[in-house]
Amino acid sequence: MQHLLNGFREAFVLLSNLDKEIFDIIFLSFRVSLTATVLGALFCIPTGIALGITPFRGKRIFGRILFTLMSTPSVIVGLLVLLFISRNGPLGFLGILYTPTAMILAQTLLVAPLLLGLSFSLARQQGRVIDRVGKTLGASFGRRVILVMRELKAESLAHAMTGFSRAISEVGAVMIVGGNIKYHTRVMTTAITRLNSMGEYPTAIALGIVLFIISLLINSLLYRFQEGPSYEDRM
Amino acid sequence: MRLSLHRNTKGEIYMKMKKVLIAMLLVLAMLATACGGEEATEAPATDAPTEEATEAVDTTEEAADTTEEAQEEPVEAKGEIILSTTTSTEDSGLLDAILPDFTDKTGYTVKVVAVGTGAALQNGRDGNADVLLVHAKASEEEFVEEGYGVERFDVMYNDFVIVGPEADPAGLKADYGADVKGALQHIAEEKAAFVSRGDDSGTHKKELQLWEAAEMTDPGEDAANEWYTSAGKGMGDVLTMASEMEAYTMTDRATYLAMKDDLDLVIVVEGAEDLFNQYGVIAVDASVSDGINTEGGQAFVDWILAPETQELIKGYGVEEYGEPLFVPNAQ
Repeated sequence: MQHLLNGFREAFVLLSNLDKEIFDIIFLSFRVSLTATVLGALFCIPTGIALGITPFRGKRIFGRILFTLMSTPSVIVGLLVLLFISRNGPLGFLGILYTPTAMILAQTLLVAPLLLGLSFSLARQQGRVIDRVGKTLGASFGRRVILVMRELKAESLAHAMTGFSRAISEVGAVMIVGGNIKYHTRVMTTAITRLNSMGEYPTAIALGIVLFIISLLINSLLYRFQEGPSYEDRM
Repeated sequence: MRLSLHRNTKGEIYMKMKKVLIAMLLVLAMLATACGGEEATEAPATDAPTEEATEAVDTTEEAADTTEEAQEEPVEAKGEIILSTTTSTEDSGLLDAILPDFTDKTGYTVKVVAVGTGAALQNGRDGNADVLLVHAKASEEEFVEEGYGVERFDVMYNDFVIVGPEADPAGLKADYGADVKGALQHIAEEKAAFVSRGDDSGTHKKELQLWEAAEMTDPGEDAANEWYTSAGKGMGDVLTMASEMEAYTMTDRATYLAMKDDLDLVIVVEGAEDLFNQYGVIAVDASVSDGINTEGGQAFVDWILAPETQELIKGYGVEEYGEPLFVPNAQ
């Protein structure tokens, strides 16, 4: 309990001192996770929606496999990426092991099934009606996908936020491919792990609090962004 | 024709403008974090020697270094090396203290990957490290013999100790203060709680050697030994566990001293000859992989064996703990 209180106090101290190492860690966390989420969303949300409104053989099984992939443990994703980018691995020539690039890659792969699965599921349910309307208006397949995306914008944004949550909170993948190297690949989650193992609970809690506050700010901004017209606007 | 299911009212257009503004702000914020993070934390995207990229990163570090050593000319930034070492060296804080000196002198930035000795050696075999600093002499010599390492050198040593709760339920301090084999036998007999690294680290290997020397089988092999916990974690974690569980554990003195204030553990067994803990450095051989930075690895080996660095090692910890955490013994 004492640790928790110390943690709050330490959080204030850390932030007010503008401790460079802490800020580097925070910046890197958001850079990695935001990039991964954006990349994942760009590819997976349109694809998921397109797949969701199209009938094809094995669609149900595809859906099930996708949902299973959504719960892949982050360490497994990290391990798989490691095997590829290891110096003697097939992608070793890229030399990205223990760099933020590898971390972004791993998190994108982690978040992709989630975004794909959620968009797919959403399109299957709510997208069908919209798709039908589009068809009656004579829209091509591509136009219909765009139409569904537009109408389901708010939900898609919520999915993207979910993807971001998954990315920012995971520790297994970035630990394995990033190496938790001080000043280079240390993010908030791996830093907290390390502080925890050193028994430095107050600082670990402080970082956790910072992580929480910033996530709250981003989510609030995005939530504001996805709100429909307000009462005043409609009047 | 824009396909949409409704047309925008004035209010909605106004809303859309607000949204675009917020979106722009978010993008700006993202860019800002990307740029801010980039200078300070990003390593060059490839390990290939693209000196322009590394110079951009290293000039910020050099600028800081050269203000401290006003007379020294800035050393040209040479890229990075990956040092795979043990959790005990990193947890003790030694590397944080002395590595800046290496970067000053040679221009190489060191990326420290701290894992157990077993994992560090495996990193060497996979070619994912340029140089190793570990403490399991037998395994290290095997590594070099198998052709993965160039050569092994002694760097520094310290000792292991057995720590436990102050109450010392097994009475180790009184009866076995300097006899580690006897202490281990007694712990097994009394079934006193004991936490082991259990992670193929140098410390773990040493612990297993000691059980063997005490003519006992590895307690971790028998699930019935509930007093024995195989944690599978680093030294810091294991010490914390032992402290929480009020159990005994074997640790290197350096990590224990560094963490002492946060633990409820005291040293109960020390000074035995078989608690000697030797650290060795090995540059990974070029044959392991094309990506190995052999020049940088060798530069690290040369630096850490150099007399000035050995002096730095000797000085580390003296002020804070009253004794050096590591005793240099390079030839």
